[in-house]
Parts: sequence; structure tokens; C-alpha cells
Amino acid sequence: MIYRSAGCFVLLLSCLVAIPAASGSENLAQSLEVLRHVALDGKDNAAAARAWKVVAAADAERLPEILSAIDGATPLGANWLRTAAEAIAERELREKRALPRKALQAFVLDTDHHPRARFLAYRWLVRSIPEMKEELLPKLAQDPSVELRREAVARLIAEASKIDAKTRPSDAITAYRRALEASRDEDQVRKIAGALKKLGQKVDLPRHFGFLTDWKLIAPFDNSGRRGFDTVYPPERELNEKATYKGKTGIVRWQAFHTDHPFGLVDFNRPYGKLKEVVGYAWADFYSPRKQQVELRLGCKNAWKLWLNGEFIFGRDEYHRGMQMDQYRYRVTLRPGVNRILLKVCQNEQQEDWTVQWEFQLRVCDETGTAILSERRSSP
Amino acid sequence: MNHRGLVALMVAACGALFFGGRVCGDDWPRFRGPDGTGVAEASRLPTRWSNVSRPPVNIAWKVRLPGRGCSCPLVVGDRVFVTCSSGYRQDHLSLQCYDVESGKRVWQRSLWATGRTMTHPTIAPAAPTPVSDGQYIYLLYSSNDVACFDLDGNLQWLRGLMMEYPNASNSLGMASSLVVADGILVAKLENDSQSLAIALHTSDGTTVWSVERPPIASWSTPVIRLAQDDKKEVVLESPRGFTAYDLKTGKVRWRFDAGGSSQASMVAAGDLLLLPARGLTALRITPGQMPRVVWDNNRLRCNTATPLVHKGKVYVISGTILKCADLETGKLLWQLRLKGRRFSASPVMAGGKLYTFSEDGASQVIDVTGRKGKVVGRGELGETILATPAIAHDALWIRSHQHLWKIARRE
Repeated sequence: MIYRSAGCFVLLLSCLVAIPAASGSENLAQSLEVLRHVALDGKDNAAAARAWKVVAAADAERLPEILSAIDGATPLGANWLRTAAEAIAERELREKRALPRKALQAFVLDTDHHPRARFLAYRWLVRSIPEMKEELLPKLAQDPSVELRREAVARLIAEASKIDAKTRPSDAITAYRRALEASRDEDQVRKIAGALKKLGQKVDLPRHFGFLTDWKLIAPFDNSGRRGFDTVYPPERELNEKATYKGKTGIVRWQAFHTDHPFGLVDFNRPYGKLKEVVGYAWADFYSPRKQQVELRLGCKNAWKLWLNGEFIFGRDEYHRGMQMDQYRYRVTLRPGVNRILLKVCQNEQQEDWTVQWEFQLRVCDETGTAILSERRSSP
Repeated sequence: MNHRGLVALMVAACGALFFGGRVCGDDWPRFRGPDGTGVAEASRLPTRWSNVSRPPVNIAWKVRLPGRGCSCPLVVGDRVFVTCSSGYRQDHLSLQCYDVESGKRVWQRSLWATGRTMTHPTIAPAAPTPVSDGQYIYLLYSSNDVACFDLDGNLQWLRGLMMEYPNASNSLGMASSLVVADGILVAKLENDSQSLAIALHTSDGTTVWSVERPPIASWSTPVIRLAQDDKKEVVLESPRGFTAYDLKTGKVRWRFDAGGSSQASMVAAGDLLLLPARGLTALRITPGQMPRVVWDNNRLRCNTATPLVHKGKVYVISGTILKCADLETGKLLWQLRLKGRRFSASPVMAGGKLYTFSEDGASQVIDVTGRKGKVVGRGELGETILATPAIAHDALWIRSHQHLWKIARRE
């Protein structure tokens, strides 16, 4: 439950009204609670603005407490807290006063805290004490904060690149492999994979990222006038790999499709040709050893809809505005055993050469981008 | 009534010249400056500047920006503001505040994006230009995060509109700039999917009204105009037409079905509206009547840059050609080929001179007071310019890809 009950929030607002009678510590604690629970519709803004002033006026020693309040805060609450904390840090740094180094350092290293709040603390520390970077980064290569991890990986890449690959190839390979194991961001992985390739090493990128590479495809269904996006075709009602249906131009049936693209690209144009005004479906079975929360991350420049185990996750009616890895992220719960992932991918009528693509990439990972692999996954 | 509401009431009671705020004559408080005209009447700007010559010419200062963006700088009082986005995922959204004299940063505030931040590589989530009413500054990012700060960096309110409208996004990025009047802030969130416009109370960010918009991408900025019946209306442009809504209620006042530009914005000029449609169309709006076309001219086609109107003439940049036409008739008066390949920044004007900015960082200063336009100056920064510059304090304020520049006479 992200938001607490309305009654609880009214109580917090009442506390805020009583702030003048409370002590400084109580004021701060009450104000932090108000900020943590700011909801979406703007109705909490007036109370939040009053609470923000209390928090932003706090002593720098209270920064860890303020950053801790970001743990479990609503997205808007986190931003209220961030700006207040930044106002304090900015004030202290401008006045050339020291931030609470030890407490912030402990905060950075405490992975129970919100990854983003920890990265803020890291940046303040490094800004005021640059040598902290070398002290902290060696501890952060496996960090749950993607931003802290990214900094640590950059350091590992820099270290690997300093090794003379001609005279010490195995050391260079080991160093790059260490960087690769820690890296989660596409640009860093590409850089590392490129260096390893020069050293004669292969990198299984789909496995590293958790791209699904084995699919069943069925197409084409009709998308004339872009009406196919909202048309419920049989695969949305049943997943039966033996079934045949009437498609746009004849009988259609499921066919297996394996992609060996390094970034898991599934291109409908390959089996079906460069069709226009069509709908295709892609189905993958993901075997999970247990019930677990994962992220489904999709990249697609066509209109699409996504289901997991028959439950609609999200859909997007946009064509050819661009595609990138992890363009869309959805947190879902996998059940033990087989999980059925179904994706509908629509192609429209545009004829420009940049509208040929009818494709997607989808991966399963945790919130840091670490691949979560199906128990039954084919080799590359 | 809370403090913000009281302030808004006092400002309205004072009958401030600018819609609902205390913008001073020398401020540049929004996209294309006061009232969105792109014109600063009394300004002593240099006609020559360079960062590629040694020594640099007429560059008062420059600061390296901590992030990307193509939003325009604002100048309010003695401060200049610019939004940025940074981080590998461009999900750190910031507002930077600098001192106009020294270029020293006064403060900065940052938010985490609560919506998608993917954009075309040439732009960034910090694409929509903020707006100020002279007391507060209102921000919008491509992630549909909306925020209000006072001029000292105190956060007043926040909205995360992509959490409320999860398909209101564009994978190329959203870029329509905010407009404000009479205590109402209007954000145009038009895209191919969940397309809408939303009006928010400037006092606390709560919703005044929202309307569905045609599901097609548009990056143009709305116009708020005072109609002849003394009601303010906000006009929204889409490739599927133009619609005016009552500013207070969101009720439709009129429609005009000619498809507009998805990028260049319309311009209000007296009782005319100049629409980037059929080339350029001049529309006269009379209350209770259908909008009437006064003229249209398909030779006045706009691309990305918004037209500029000044002293009975209208200026458009078609491709790389600057064209000047008569405002009353639409007749083409003269044209001038500009140096540069593409023009995303809209032209601005001061002291009878038009300032143009090509994407490759080259600027031309054109004297438009004669029978034909004449290039009388040039500027060169050596950096990509997509944002429309500001004019204030006898200086040009240019946001390039990496820097914020103050261009002012040094002699």
C-alpha cells in the first residue's frame, strides 16, 4: 500500500498545524511525515509547502534523517524531500561549512536506504571532499543503486583500460570481466563487450541483460485505419499453440522464432515480410522457480499491448516515435512455474523508410537491471 | 485563503500589466518573452559577438550548464533561470538560477522524473520553457513533472502528471511551453496517445480543468489572449486544427479546422491570430462569430521557428530563408537567405533588428527598418543552439547545448 489512509493523513496535517507549539525536533519529524505522503492530485501541496520550509531550515546534521524519510515516500514526497535536503546542502556548501561526513558516509553505504537518496549523499560528499570517491567506489560495484554502481563500473573500466592488453592479456580480460559482471547500463556494457571482443572474448549479451530470445509469433491480423490496436483478436482470448485463425490475408498459426540479436530484437518483418497495417502477437513462456517480483522492460516503436498470465499490464498507441532499451518498465509478480508473456505489436500505414520497423525487445530483470533468467532458456 | 492565494489576489487587485503577475518591463518571463511576442523594445544589444575569435567579442560571461536541454532561459529581476536534465537516464530534472551580473549560480533545485524521460537524441526532458509571473517560476519537463518555486528556490508545489495520465507522453519528447494568466497555468500535453491540456491553479497546483485533445503529437506553445468580450481564452494548436478554450472554465469558445504546425507556434497580434497553417493564416476572431480568415499565404510556411510580428510586418523563417510580409494583407515584401542549415530557435527582435540563430551556433542580425532586410551583424558561439534566446538588461541570453551565455556590449 503506497499511500496511507486518509484519516492518518488528516492526523498528520493536524500535527503540522500544531507545529509552532512543538520543539524543533518534533517540528522536523512532523514535517517530514507530511512530505513523505504527498499524493498526486495537488491537494496536499499547501501543507507540503509549509512543511518544506521547516525541513529546508533544518541544521545540516539532520540531513541523514531527512534523506531517510525518502525511504517509502511517495514519488512526489521524495521530490519534496530531495529539494529540501538540497537546499540545506547547498546552503552549507555555499557557507563553506562542513557536511556531516561520517553520518553521510554511513548513509551512502547503508543499502537499506533508498538508492536515490544514497546517491544524493554520495554526490554531496564527493563535491565537498573529492577524495571520498576513491574511498567509496570500490565498495559499490554490486550496489543496488544503479547510479552508484554506474560510478563504480566506470572506475573498473578505467582500471581495465590501463592494463597493457598486449603484454598482460589475461589480466585485461579478468579486469574487463569484473567490470562486465558489475555493469548494468547499455553504454557501459557495450564498451566492455567491445574491449573483450578485441581480446578474443565472446560476451553473451542477451543472457547478460535477460532478453527473451525464444518466442512464438502469429501474424498478420488486420490493422487498417489503426483499428487493430483495440480489436480483440483470438490470441488475446486464448493461448493455444495448435490453433489456427483467420488472419488479414489468410489462415495464420503460431510459429517458433528465435532471435540471435545481441539485444534481443524480435523483428516481425523477418518471418512475415515488410507488411503494413497489420497486427502481430509474440508469446514467450518464462519459467520461474518461485513467486517473485521482477521488472518486464520493453523497447518498441510500434503500438503495443502487454499481458502477463492473461492480465493486461499496459498498452501504448504510438507509432514510430523512437525505440530504446528499457523504454518501458513494469513491475510485475511472477508465479512459480510457467508464466505466459504475450505482446501485441501493431504496424501502421506510414510509408516513410523510418517506419519499416515492426519489432520489439523485452527482458526480465530486477529493479537494478540485473537479468533474471527463465529456468528453461535456450543457449545462444 | 492561504498565503499564495492572498498574494495572487493582491496582484490581481493591483491590475498588473502582465496577466496575473508582476513581471517588470525588462523581464523575459516565458517562451518568446513578454506576452510571447519575441520583441524587446528598448534594448541596446550588440550586433557582433564571437566565442571563436581571440579574444572573444561581447561575451559578458558564460557558464557551463550541469545538464542538457533546449528550454529557453528566463530573466526575472536580477536572476536568469534555465532548466536542465542530467544523468544517464536524464531523470534528474533541475532548475538553475544565476545572477545576471556575475553569472554566479545563486541556487539550484532538482527533482527526480516521475514519468518517462526518453526523447529524441537532439533534445532532452528539459525542453518545455518555464514561465514566471514575476513572483514564482513554473516548470514543466517532458516527463510531465510540473513544479512551482519562488524566486529564492523555495518549493511551492509539485504535480507528476504522467502518474495521473500514464499514456500522455511522446517517445520523441514533449516540448510545449507553459503559459500563465490570471492565476491559471496551462500545460499542453499533446501526443499520439493520451492527449490533453490541463489548467492548474498557480497558488497550489490543483487542477482547474482538463480537456481531451486530438491524439496527435504537437510541440507548439499555446496562446492566451484577451478576446473582445473581455474574456481570456487559451488557444491550442494541433495538426488537426485550432481550438480556443475559456481560460477559467475550459469550455470551447471556437474552433478553426485548418491543420496547424506541430512545431511552430501561433502568434497573437492585436485582434489577429497568425496561425502556422496553409503556410501562414491570419485569423480575425469576433465574439459570437466564426473565426474569419483575413488572408493566408502558402509562401510563408514556417518550420520550427515561430513567426514574429512587429510594426505591421510579420517575419517567418522558411527553411533557411527569412521572409517579411505585410501583416494586414499577407503580401510578401522581401526575403533574405540566411547562413546556416536549420533554424529551431525562433527569431527575436530589439531596436529594429531581428536576431536569428541557426542550429550550428551562427547568428545573424538583420536591420528590418528599411525597404529590405539587411544583415548588419553576426554572432558565432561554436555550439549548437536550439533554444530561443532571451533579451533583458541590454543583453542577449543564449542557451546553447553546453552553456548559458550573456551577450552584451563590452565597448
